[in-house]
Amino acid sequence: MVIIENVHKKFGKNQVLSGVDLTISDGGIFAVLGPNGSGKTTLIKSILGMVIPNKGNITVLGENIKQHSDYRHKIDYLPQIANFPSNLRVKELIKMIKDLRKPTHEDERLIQLFKLEPFLDKKLGNLSGGTKQKVNLVLTFMFDSPLIILDEPTTGLDPISLIRLKGLIQAEKAKGKTILITSHIMSFVEEVSDEIVFILEGKIYFKGSISELKTKTNQQDFEHAIASILTENHA
Amino acid sequence: MLKILKYSFYDLIRSRWSYVYFSFYLLLGSVLLFLNNDLSKAVITLMNVIIVLVPLIGTIFGVMYYYNSKEFTELLLAQPLKRSSIFLGQYLGVAISLSMSLILGLGIPFIFYGLFKSSAIWDFSLLLITGTFLTLIFTALAFNIALSNENKIKGFGYAILLWLFLAIIYDGIFLMSLILFEDYPLDKLSLVGTMLNPIDLSRTLILLKLDISALLGYTGAIFKQFFGTSFGLIVSFIMLTAWVILPVLRIVFKSKKKDF
Repeated sequence: MVIIENVHKKFGKNQVLSGVDLTISDGGIFAVLGPNGSGKTTLIKSILGMVIPNKGNITVLGENIKQHSDYRHKIDYLPQIANFPSNLRVKELIKMIKDLRKPTHEDERLIQLFKLEPFLDKKLGNLSGGTKQKVNLVLTFMFDSPLIILDEPTTGLDPISLIRLKGLIQAEKAKGKTILITSHIMSFVEEVSDEIVFILEGKIYFKGSISELKTKTNQQDFEHAIASILTENHA
Repeated sequence: MLKILKYSFYDLIRSRWSYVYFSFYLLLGSVLLFLNNDLSKAVITLMNVIIVLVPLIGTIFGVMYYYNSKEFTELLLAQPLKRSSIFLGQYLGVAISLSMSLILGLGIPFIFYGLFKSSAIWDFSLLLITGTFLTLIFTALAFNIALSNENKIKGFGYAILLWLFLAIIYDGIFLMSLILFEDYPLDKLSLVGTMLNPIDLSRTLILLKLDISALLGYTGAIFKQFFGTSFGLIVSFIMLTAWVILPVLRIVFKSKKKDF
């Protein structure tokens, strides 16, 4: 699905990614984890072509991303902070994104699911953070793409929406899609993900299942396993 | 690109500032006609305002729009769209909506005053054409500055400096060099110097069209010889077009390499 080879990225003097090699196979939920500033978002943005790596190759669904922008038709992306043009109405934004990508009717179901009907005529600038995130989720999930990338999808969501989001993710997985998630909520990651990728100082430190991580670090639970990696490397 | 252009354009058309800009020109046009009672004189006064104001508004609006629509741009970047079409669409959205405010704001009062029956129609058209060119040029320059500067304050600063330089400082340096080298034949130098600054070029074009080149003295005669002919006119428009195309090319080039 996604092949990342020897990707380097530097912002000024700050080396964010230093030789990332990662292969993400078809189907399943992958969680990208790492401490703050470890390069998770940079890695995801590199896959999307928003950040241009200094070195290395990225292939998405057999296409080298340097050549075209068409491969993004096959990706649904949820950005980290839902910042939308503030003078646009929710309805207009959804219509616009559909116009830019392709027609779909899935949005109606998602609007119902997240109970967004009362907000459709409101301007995006007047929405609360959680509601914005729900709009963000609708925009992401309304297209039926084989690869879904979610950057901190749980931000600002109330418990009931979180349950709905988990349901949504599982439903997409059941369709055989590949889902990439970054999150700092360890319980969420443990619940949904099949495999985790741990980034540390711009490199892939660990890739495997959660039970493998627990064995590797000699820890009983997931949260402590992650914490032990961090303390070992930073203490 | 057309879809982005459409959305940027609608977004701007709905914003308060387009109306302020439009009403300003409407008011300016009406007041000038009322005070001058003469189309040709009003055109001259307008020229003085437009030559300075259009570049300023173009730069400020361009920089402001770029920084304000950052989130929108990031949203678009994740969609299957080419980078060049995103930025060119936004650029054209700003430039076209500004040009429309200018053309409509000035056009409406002049048409009501009887522009079509007057001989000043060509002078007035030239004024609007150069105004549109200046909008296109300075919006493109503003996008260039904004693309190269992440920091808003810096971006605004450079944009104002650029305007100040081309609108005022350039003329100062130009004048100084003419005084300094007055012993040498300067007609070629002053021609080239005028050609290199879009504001000066526009001003000269309109002044000569208005047949008041006698005011410019000896240099005016040489300018008249050059700009007054169709060859000079064509060269001037080629220069103005180059001033549009070069910054636009840099927008495309720069946007391809930028990280978001």
